[in-house]
Amino acid sequence: MLARLRKNPAAKWLGLALVAAALAVLPFAVEATAGRGWVRIIDFALLYIMLALGLNIVVGFAGLLDLGYIAFYAVGAYMWALLASPHLTANFPAFAAMFPGGLHFPIWTMIPLGAALAAVFGVLLGAPTLRLRGDYLAIVTLGFGEIIRIFLNNLNAPVNITNGPQGITKIDPFSIFGVPFNKPLAVFGLNIPPVTLYYYLFLLLVVAIIFISLRLEDSRIGRAWVAIREDEIAAKAMGINTRNVKLLAFAMGATFGGVAGGLFAGFQGFVSPESFTLLESIMVLSMVVLGGMGHVPGVVLGAVLLATLPEAIRYTVVPAQKFLFDRQVIDPESLRMLLFGLALILVMLYRPAGLWPSQVRKREFAAAEKAGRVEPEQFPDRTDASEGARL
Amino acid sequence: MSDLLEVRRLEVAYGGIRALKGVDFEVREGELVALIGANGAGKSTTLRALAALVRPAAGTIRYRGEVTHHLPSYALVRKGLALVPEGRGVFARLTVRENLEMGAYHRADRGVAADLERVFALMPRLAERSGQLAGTLSGGEQQMLAIGRALMSRPRLLLLDEPSMGLAPLMVQKVFEIVQSVAREGVTILLVEQNAKLALELSSRAYVLESGLVSASGPSAALLTDPKVREAYLGEAA
Repeated sequence: MLARLRKNPAAKWLGLALVAAALAVLPFAVEATAGRGWVRIIDFALLYIMLALGLNIVVGFAGLLDLGYIAFYAVGAYMWALLASPHLTANFPAFAAMFPGGLHFPIWTMIPLGAALAAVFGVLLGAPTLRLRGDYLAIVTLGFGEIIRIFLNNLNAPVNITNGPQGITKIDPFSIFGVPFNKPLAVFGLNIPPVTLYYYLFLLLVVAIIFISLRLEDSRIGRAWVAIREDEIAAKAMGINTRNVKLLAFAMGATFGGVAGGLFAGFQGFVSPESFTLLESIMVLSMVVLGGMGHVPGVVLGAVLLATLPEAIRYTVVPAQKFLFDRQVIDPESLRMLLFGLALILVMLYRPAGLWPSQVRKREFAAAEKAGRVEPEQFPDRTDASEGARL
Repeated sequence: MSDLLEVRRLEVAYGGIRALKGVDFEVREGELVALIGANGAGKSTTLRALAALVRPAAGTIRYRGEVTHHLPSYALVRKGLALVPEGRGVFARLTVRENLEMGAYHRADRGVAADLERVFALMPRLAERSGQLAGTLSGGEQQMLAIGRALMSRPRLLLLDEPSMGLAPLMVQKVFEIVQSVAREGVTILLVEQNAKLALELSSRAYVLESGLVSASGPSAALLTDPKVREAYLGEAA
């Protein structure tokens, strides 16, 4: 049915319009049924989609395992925190003299600056790791993520750049065309709360990032990434400049993280190193793997599920326990991680290519399974041979 | 005839171990030259140096009259030097057609579709399986695919690294027939082979590598009858 839909352009546009309409009314529906807290959770899910799609470029398209991806999120967040809060002007007289009205960069500068700075950090991580693959690359990227976090934690002395573990507060909320995002907006008698305003902003950027991801996948660069993922020597022999193409993967992946980080800082109004732990990197990687590595719709699904399901668990386990045992037996936070681990194991057992894998991944896992089935037949031969040798 | 490729005093070292200790040879336009030798003689290392996958420690490589050993691999491919890597190196999770298209990665001209047809005409087996994943092909078919993929870059010089490796004798025959027809189309070929007899029968000239040095060279027909070569590489008592 999907194939028939695809062939019919009118139906395709109608479908897209329906999805767009559904996404437009979603925050109102959620607020009416589940409360404003859930709109906020959806906002975070949108940020996670951006992160997962960025990591998908590095891990899914180019096949480079990155365990420190959250560092780019941190870079974007801290960049925006410094450019749009009183922190720098309060601590450095030079900045105060330069910006007498205080540092208040507009949101338009955030997206290109955050993307560019994160891309620079992406290249910084990529350049020394060009010859590494697999486990070794994972270890170095993990170290990189921790280095960034530890720097953020400790750069409050001798000069106070990041304000250490306290983090940076009083970050300006975004405002577009003079409409501030921290106050409800009245449009045609409709009162749009701040979380919903952020929802629309994030949604717009998510759509842009999905579009970029899909176009990249189909591009020459996307082909080159696939070639490197499959066989680096052969990719070189095809005339692919593997060094630049790999650096580009790191840089492109990092830009999405940097933009998401800037949005996060403006949304929260506060950043601290605590938000950028290894667990967050692993969470984003899980979204990519669970959804379907290298497949954009799959990755979006993975991000939405992993960002919202734990919250759903949090909201249901406490009442459920109270109902069953009359008291809270297990803390919802630890139960959340327990169920999360269980879900990952189940997915890896029953859908190893991810919940919604791309055609290529599906074929590949089907082939691997077939190869696995042949093995038991070969096995007796091998033991026979070794027994013969022993005799 | 001019030298398409000229290698002088080429040395390559892996750490402290010198794999090539000053190799000299040349390949002229339109020739099929074989490089034979035992395991560890430095055959594959020579090809890797030619394709810029390893950096030479000393010596010069001249391709089409210009010194190329400082250029990266991707620049060499654009100059028409194509490598069929050892162990084939097909993109296992891509289809046969996608593999071939990848071979034309650096090209922006409009002849790609025509070249795809030419490769399919040369290797009908690949045409039959164009939608199949490369990883599901047999070893011989993968070798054909690797050769076809290299042809998609419109090479002037084709470097073939052990095309007979791990293939059944019948398949080896087929692959060598394809190599021969590629050569007949005017592509210059440098063939590295352990199967010395087949390589000598196919090529016009050959070099014998031994512990990183050229120990014998000449017309392949002469080497085939050389008692020393026969003893060392063709498995016959002198």
